[in-house]
Amino acid sequence: MNTTVVAQLQRQFQDYIVSLYQQGFLDSQFSELRKLQDEGSPDFVSEVVSLFFDDCSKLINTMSRSLEQPDNVDFKQLDSGVHQLKGSSSSVGARRVKNVCISFKECCDVQNREGCLRCLQQVDYEYKMLKTKLQDLFNLEQQILQAGGTIPQVDIN
Amino acid sequence: MAEVLLPRKMEIANDPSKFESPDLLHVLAVIDSHVDRKFIERLLRVSSCKVTVVDSATRALQYLGLDVEEKSVGFEDLKVNLIMTDYSMPGMTGYELLKKIKESSAFRQVPVVIMSSENILPRIDRCLEEGAEDFLLKPVKLSDVRRLRDSLMKVEDLSFTKSIQKRELETENASPVHSQLKRAKI
Repeated sequence: MNTTVVAQLQRQFQDYIVSLYQQGFLDSQFSELRKLQDEGSPDFVSEVVSLFFDDCSKLINTMSRSLEQPDNVDFKQLDSGVHQLKGSSSSVGARRVKNVCISFKECCDVQNREGCLRCLQQVDYEYKMLKTKLQDLFNLEQQILQAGGTIPQVDIN
Repeated sequence: MAEVLLPRKMEIANDPSKFESPDLLHVLAVIDSHVDRKFIERLLRVSSCKVTVVDSATRALQYLGLDVEEKSVGFEDLKVNLIMTDYSMPGMTGYELLKKIKESSAFRQVPVVIMSSENILPRIDRCLEEGAEDFLLKPVKLSDVRRLRDSLMKVEDLSFTKSIQKRELETENASPVHSQLKRAKI
Protein backbone atom coordinates (compact mmCIF):
# COMPACT_ATOMS: atom_id res chain seq x y z
CA MET A 1 0.00 0.00 0.00
CA ASN A 2 1.34 3.38 -1.01
CA THR A 3 0.63 5.40 2.10
CA THR A 4 1.20 8.74 0.39
CA VAL A 5 -1.37 7.94 -2.28
CA VAL A 6 -3.84 6.75 0.35
CA ALA A 7 -3.29 9.86 2.46
CA GLN A 8 -3.81 12.07 -0.58
CA LEU A 9 -7.02 10.30 -1.53
CA GLN A 10 -8.29 10.45 2.03
CA ARG A 11 -7.56 14.17 2.09
CA GLN A 12 -9.40 14.61 -1.19
CA PHE A 13 -12.35 12.66 0.15
CA GLN A 14 -12.46 14.66 3.34
CA ASP A 15 -12.31 17.99 1.53
CA TYR A 16 -14.94 16.94 -0.96
CA ILE A 17 -17.47 15.70 1.55
CA VAL A 18 -16.98 18.78 3.73
CA SER A 19 -17.59 20.99 0.69
CA LEU A 20 -20.83 19.15 -0.02
CA TYR A 21 -22.04 19.96 3.48
CA GLN A 22 -20.82 23.55 3.30
CA GLN A 23 -22.49 24.17 -0.04
CA GLY A 24 -25.73 22.85 1.36
CA PHE A 25 -26.07 19.76 -0.80
CA LEU A 26 -26.08 17.56 2.29
CA ASP A 27 -27.12 18.02 5.89
CA SER A 28 -26.38 16.15 9.11
CA GLN A 29 -28.83 13.38 8.25
CA PHE A 30 -26.34 12.18 5.64
CA SER A 31 -23.85 11.60 8.47
CA GLU A 32 -26.53 9.53 10.18
CA LEU A 33 -26.57 7.34 7.05
CA ARG A 34 -22.79 7.03 7.11
CA LYS A 35 -22.88 5.90 10.74
CA LEU A 36 -24.84 2.87 9.59
CA GLN A 37 -22.23 1.75 7.08
CA ASP A 38 -19.50 -0.67 8.10
CA GLU A 39 -17.37 -3.50 6.71
CA GLY A 40 -20.40 -5.78 6.93
CA SER A 41 -22.54 -3.33 4.94
CA PRO A 42 -20.00 -1.34 2.90
CA ASP A 43 -22.49 -0.21 0.26
CA PHE A 44 -25.31 0.83 2.53
CA VAL A 45 -25.13 4.55 1.79
CA SER A 46 -24.87 4.16 -1.96
CA GLU A 47 -27.77 1.67 -1.91
CA VAL A 48 -30.04 3.99 0.03
CA VAL A 49 -29.24 7.02 -2.10
CA SER A 50 -29.73 4.93 -5.20
CA LEU A 51 -33.25 4.07 -3.99
CA PHE A 52 -33.77 7.75 -3.30
CA PHE A 53 -32.75 8.79 -6.81
CA ASP A 54 -35.07 6.15 -8.29
CA ASP A 55 -37.84 7.60 -6.14
CA CYS A 56 -37.04 11.09 -7.40
CA SER A 57 -37.21 10.02 -11.00
CA LYS A 58 -40.53 8.21 -10.57
CA LEU A 59 -42.18 10.92 -8.52
CA ILE A 60 -41.03 13.68 -10.87
CA ASN A 61 -42.56 11.79 -13.79
CA THR A 62 -45.85 11.36 -11.98
CA MET A 63 -45.95 14.97 -10.87
CA SER A 64 -45.07 16.17 -14.34
CA ARG A 65 -48.11 14.35 -15.69
CA SER A 66 -50.29 15.84 -12.96
CA LEU A 67 -49.21 19.29 -14.13
CA GLU A 68 -49.62 18.73 -17.85
CA GLN A 69 -53.15 20.01 -18.42
CA PRO A 70 -53.40 23.64 -17.32
CA ASP A 71 -57.09 23.41 -16.46
CA ASN A 72 -56.93 19.94 -15.02
CA VAL A 73 -54.16 19.83 -12.44
CA ASP A 74 -54.51 17.18 -9.77
CA PHE A 75 -53.13 19.19 -6.86
CA LYS A 76 -54.01 16.48 -4.40
CA GLN A 77 -51.86 13.93 -6.18
CA LEU A 78 -49.17 16.56 -6.58
CA ASP A 79 -49.20 17.26 -2.86
CA SER A 80 -48.88 13.57 -2.14
CA GLY A 81 -45.87 13.29 -4.45
CA VAL A 82 -44.18 16.32 -2.93
CA HIS A 83 -44.80 14.95 0.55
CA GLN A 84 -43.15 11.67 -0.35
CA LEU A 85 -40.21 13.39 -1.98
CA LYS A 86 -39.77 15.72 0.97
CA GLY A 87 -39.81 12.75 3.31
CA SER A 88 -37.25 10.68 1.51
CA SER A 89 -34.93 13.62 0.79
CA SER A 90 -35.09 14.47 4.46
CA SER A 91 -34.24 10.89 5.44
CA VAL A 92 -31.09 10.79 3.34
CA GLY A 93 -29.91 14.34 4.08
CA ALA A 94 -30.50 15.70 0.57
CA ARG A 95 -30.84 19.25 1.83
CA ARG A 96 -31.33 21.22 -1.38
CA VAL A 97 -33.86 18.75 -2.74
CA LYS A 98 -35.75 18.93 0.53
CA ASN A 99 -35.78 22.73 0.49
CA VAL A 100 -37.22 22.83 -3.03
CA CYS A 101 -39.92 20.44 -1.81
CA ILE A 102 -40.85 22.92 0.91
CA SER A 103 -41.41 25.64 -1.69
CA PHE A 104 -43.14 23.14 -3.93
CA LYS A 105 -45.61 22.29 -1.19
CA GLU A 106 -46.40 25.97 -0.72
CA CYS A 107 -47.19 26.29 -4.44
CA CYS A 108 -49.44 23.22 -4.22
CA ASP A 109 -51.26 24.63 -1.22
CA VAL A 110 -52.26 27.76 -3.13
CA GLN A 111 -52.78 25.82 -6.38
CA ASN A 112 -50.16 27.82 -8.21
CA ARG A 113 -49.49 25.78 -11.34
CA GLU A 114 -46.72 28.03 -12.67
CA GLY A 115 -44.95 27.91 -9.33
CA CYS A 116 -45.32 24.14 -9.25
CA LEU A 117 -43.82 23.82 -12.72
CA ARG A 118 -40.84 25.92 -11.65
CA CYS A 119 -40.36 23.83 -8.52
CA LEU A 120 -40.63 20.64 -10.50
CA GLN A 121 -37.87 21.82 -12.79
CA GLN A 122 -35.77 22.82 -9.83
CA VAL A 123 -36.22 19.56 -7.99
CA ASP A 124 -35.25 17.68 -11.12
CA TYR A 125 -32.12 19.78 -11.45
CA GLU A 126 -31.17 19.40 -7.79
CA TYR A 127 -31.54 15.67 -7.54
CA LYS A 128 -29.51 15.13 -10.72
CA MET A 129 -26.84 17.48 -9.44
CA LEU A 130 -26.67 15.63 -6.15
CA LYS A 131 -26.53 12.32 -7.94
CA THR A 132 -23.42 13.44 -9.84
CA LYS A 133 -21.78 14.79 -6.70
CA LEU A 134 -22.40 11.63 -4.72
CA GLN A 135 -21.17 9.47 -7.56
CA ASP A 136 -17.90 11.39 -7.41
CA LEU A 137 -17.82 10.86 -3.64
CA PHE A 138 -18.42 7.12 -3.93
CA ASN A 139 -15.74 6.90 -6.63
CA LEU A 140 -13.27 8.49 -4.23
CA GLU A 141 -14.27 5.95 -1.60
CA GLN A 142 -13.60 3.12 -4.02
CA GLN A 143 -10.21 4.55 -4.92
CA ILE A 144 -9.25 4.73 -1.25
CA LEU A 145 -10.33 1.14 -0.65
CA GLN A 146 -8.56 -0.11 -3.75
CA ALA A 147 -5.38 1.64 -2.64
CA GLY A 148 -5.67 -0.31 0.61
CA GLY A 149 -6.85 2.57 2.78
CA THR A 150 -9.86 3.15 4.98
CA ILE A 151 -12.63 5.70 4.51
CA PRO A 152 -12.15 8.62 6.92
CA GLN A 153 -14.77 9.38 9.56
CA VAL A 154 -15.86 12.95 9.03
CA ASP A 155 -17.44 14.83 11.91
CA ILE A 156 -19.89 17.42 10.67
CA ASN A 157 -20.92 19.92 13.31
CA MET B 1 -45.58 2.48 31.75
CA ALA B 2 -47.12 -0.20 29.54
CA GLU B 3 -46.37 -3.82 30.24
CA VAL B 4 -44.45 -5.58 27.51
CA LEU B 5 -44.18 -9.18 26.45
CA LEU B 6 -41.29 -10.99 28.08
CA PRO B 7 -39.09 -13.44 26.20
CA ARG B 8 -39.57 -17.07 27.08
CA LYS B 9 -36.63 -17.80 29.34
CA MET B 10 -37.74 -21.43 29.75
CA GLU B 11 -37.33 -22.01 26.05
CA ILE B 12 -33.79 -20.69 26.05
CA ALA B 13 -32.76 -23.01 28.86
CA ASN B 14 -34.10 -26.05 27.06
CA ASP B 15 -32.92 -25.12 23.60
CA PRO B 16 -29.48 -23.48 23.43
CA SER B 17 -29.77 -22.89 19.67
CA LYS B 18 -32.54 -20.40 20.39
CA PHE B 19 -30.39 -18.45 22.82
CA GLU B 20 -29.70 -15.38 20.71
CA SER B 21 -32.98 -14.32 19.12
CA PRO B 22 -35.38 -14.36 22.09
CA ASP B 23 -33.13 -11.89 23.92
CA LEU B 24 -33.28 -9.32 21.14
CA LEU B 25 -36.01 -6.74 20.88
CA HIS B 26 -38.25 -7.73 18.02
CA VAL B 27 -39.45 -4.61 16.26
CA LEU B 28 -42.25 -4.49 13.72
CA ALA B 29 -41.70 -1.45 11.50
CA VAL B 30 -44.60 -0.15 9.40
CA ILE B 31 -43.29 2.24 6.74
CA ASP B 32 -44.67 3.09 3.32
CA SER B 33 -41.59 4.78 1.83
CA HIS B 34 -39.05 2.43 0.30
CA VAL B 35 -36.15 4.68 1.21
CA ASP B 36 -37.30 4.96 4.83
CA ARG B 37 -37.87 1.22 5.07
CA LYS B 38 -34.29 0.49 4.11
CA PHE B 39 -32.96 3.20 6.39
CA ILE B 40 -34.97 2.30 9.47
CA GLU B 41 -34.44 -1.41 9.03
CA ARG B 42 -30.70 -0.81 9.08
CA LEU B 43 -30.99 1.58 12.04
CA LEU B 44 -32.75 -1.12 14.00
CA ARG B 45 -30.38 -3.92 13.00
CA VAL B 46 -27.36 -1.81 13.91
CA SER B 47 -29.05 -1.29 17.28
CA SER B 48 -29.18 -5.06 17.68
CA CYS B 49 -32.89 -5.47 17.16
CA LYS B 50 -34.62 -8.19 15.26
CA VAL B 51 -36.64 -6.45 12.55
CA THR B 52 -39.75 -7.21 10.57
CA VAL B 53 -40.66 -4.52 8.05
CA VAL B 54 -44.01 -4.13 6.30
CA ASP B 55 -45.11 -1.45 3.86
CA SER B 56 -48.62 -0.72 5.13
CA ALA B 57 -50.87 -0.79 8.16
CA THR B 58 -52.97 -3.48 6.47
CA ARG B 59 -49.94 -5.73 6.16
CA ALA B 60 -49.05 -5.02 9.77
CA LEU B 61 -52.48 -6.22 10.85
CA GLN B 62 -52.08 -9.30 8.68
CA TYR B 63 -48.71 -10.02 10.26
CA LEU B 64 -50.19 -9.70 13.73
CA GLY B 65 -53.23 -11.77 12.83
CA LEU B 66 -55.53 -8.86 13.59
CA ASP B 67 -56.98 -8.54 10.11
CA VAL B 68 -59.53 -11.25 10.70
CA GLU B 69 -61.83 -11.72 13.69
CA GLU B 70 -61.34 -14.79 15.86
CA LYS B 71 -57.92 -15.63 14.45
CA SER B 72 -56.70 -17.63 17.39
CA VAL B 73 -54.31 -20.12 15.82
CA GLY B 74 -50.63 -19.42 15.26
CA PHE B 75 -50.30 -15.92 16.70
CA GLU B 76 -50.04 -16.66 20.41
CA ASP B 77 -46.34 -17.40 19.89
CA LEU B 78 -45.64 -14.19 18.01
CA LYS B 79 -43.42 -11.97 20.11
CA VAL B 80 -43.28 -8.36 19.11
CA ASN B 81 -41.62 -6.04 21.61
CA LEU B 82 -42.11 -2.77 19.78
CA ILE B 83 -44.10 -1.45 16.86
CA MET B 84 -42.80 1.60 15.01
CA THR B 85 -45.15 3.09 12.47
CA ASP B 86 -45.36 6.06 10.15
CA TYR B 87 -48.27 8.35 10.88
CA SER B 88 -49.12 9.34 7.30
CA MET B 89 -49.66 6.35 5.09
CA PRO B 90 -52.03 5.77 2.18
CA GLY B 91 -55.04 3.70 3.19
CA MET B 92 -54.96 3.14 6.93
CA THR B 93 -52.93 5.70 8.88
CA GLY B 94 -50.54 4.96 11.72
CA TYR B 95 -53.06 6.46 14.10
CA GLU B 96 -55.76 4.03 12.98
CA LEU B 97 -53.27 1.18 13.27
CA LEU B 98 -52.44 2.32 16.80
CA LYS B 99 -56.12 2.19 17.74
CA LYS B 100 -56.55 -1.30 16.33
CA ILE B 101 -53.50 -2.55 18.21
CA LYS B 102 -54.71 -1.03 21.47
CA GLU B 103 -58.10 -2.64 20.93
CA SER B 104 -56.62 -6.11 20.57
CA SER B 105 -56.16 -8.28 23.62
CA ALA B 106 -53.07 -9.98 22.18
CA PHE B 107 -51.07 -6.85 21.37
CA ARG B 108 -52.46 -3.92 23.36
CA GLN B 109 -49.51 -4.05 25.70
CA VAL B 110 -46.93 -3.78 22.94
CA PRO B 111 -45.48 -0.26 22.88
CA VAL B 112 -46.29 1.61 19.69
CA VAL B 113 -44.14 4.49 18.49
CA ILE B 114 -45.47 6.88 15.86
CA MET B 115 -43.11 8.56 13.38
CA SER B 116 -43.93 11.70 11.47
CA SER B 117 -42.11 14.40 9.55
CA GLU B 118 -44.66 16.94 10.75
CA ASN B 119 -44.48 18.52 14.17
CA ILE B 120 -48.22 18.97 14.65
CA LEU B 121 -49.07 19.24 18.34
CA PRO B 122 -52.73 18.14 18.16
CA ARG B 123 -51.60 15.10 16.19
CA ILE B 124 -48.97 14.23 18.78
CA ASP B 125 -51.51 14.72 21.58
CA ARG B 126 -54.01 12.46 19.88
CA CYS B 127 -51.48 9.69 19.46
CA LEU B 128 -50.26 9.86 23.01
CA GLU B 129 -53.84 9.93 24.29
CA GLU B 130 -54.57 6.84 22.27
CA GLY B 131 -51.72 5.07 24.05
CA ALA B 132 -48.67 5.62 21.86
CA GLU B 133 -45.45 5.06 23.73
CA ASP B 134 -43.63 7.86 21.98
CA PHE B 135 -43.75 10.14 18.97
CA LEU B 136 -40.61 10.51 16.87
CA LEU B 137 -40.00 13.40 14.51
CA LYS B 138 -38.46 12.32 11.24
CA PRO B 139 -35.80 12.05 10.07
CA VAL B 140 -35.10 9.41 12.68
CA LYS B 141 -31.59 9.22 14.06
CA LEU B 142 -29.53 6.42 15.54
CA SER B 143 -29.71 8.12 18.94
CA ASP B 144 -33.55 8.07 18.78
CA VAL B 145 -33.58 4.33 18.25
CA ARG B 146 -30.99 3.67 20.95
CA ARG B 147 -32.89 5.79 23.44
CA LEU B 148 -36.09 3.91 22.63
CA ARG B 149 -34.42 0.57 22.90
CA ASP B 150 -32.75 1.47 26.19
CA SER B 151 -35.97 2.69 27.78
CA LEU B 152 -37.79 -0.48 26.73
CA MET B 153 -34.91 -2.53 27.99
CA LYS B 154 -35.48 -1.21 31.48
CA VAL B 155 -38.88 -2.89 31.44
CA GLU B 156 -37.70 -6.15 29.92
CA ASP B 157 -34.70 -7.97 31.29
CA LEU B 158 -32.76 -8.36 28.08
CA SER B 159 -29.25 -9.16 29.23
CA PHE B 160 -27.95 -9.50 25.69
CA THR B 161 -29.10 -6.00 24.84
CA LYS B 162 -27.54 -4.69 28.06
CA SER B 163 -24.11 -5.88 26.96
CA ILE B 164 -24.55 -4.09 23.64
CA GLN B 165 -25.46 -0.89 25.45
CA LYS B 166 -22.30 -1.19 27.50
CA ARG B 167 -20.21 -1.67 24.37
CA GLU B 168 -21.84 1.33 22.70
CA LEU B 169 -21.09 3.51 25.72
CA GLU B 170 -17.46 2.50 25.58
CA THR B 171 -17.10 3.37 21.89
CA GLU B 172 -18.95 6.64 22.34
CA ASN B 173 -16.65 7.69 25.15
CA ALA B 174 -13.70 6.99 22.87
CA SER B 175 -15.03 9.25 20.11
CA PRO B 176 -17.87 11.53 21.19
CA VAL B 177 -20.87 11.69 18.94
CA HIS B 178 -23.37 14.50 19.01
CA SER B 179 -26.85 13.16 19.50
CA GLN B 180 -29.85 15.40 19.21
CA LEU B 181 -32.87 14.70 21.31
CA LYS B 182 -35.80 15.31 19.06
CA ARG B 183 -38.40 14.03 21.38
CA ALA B 184 -41.74 15.73 20.96
CA LYS B 185 -43.52 14.31 24.00
CA ILE B 186 -45.77 16.78 25.76
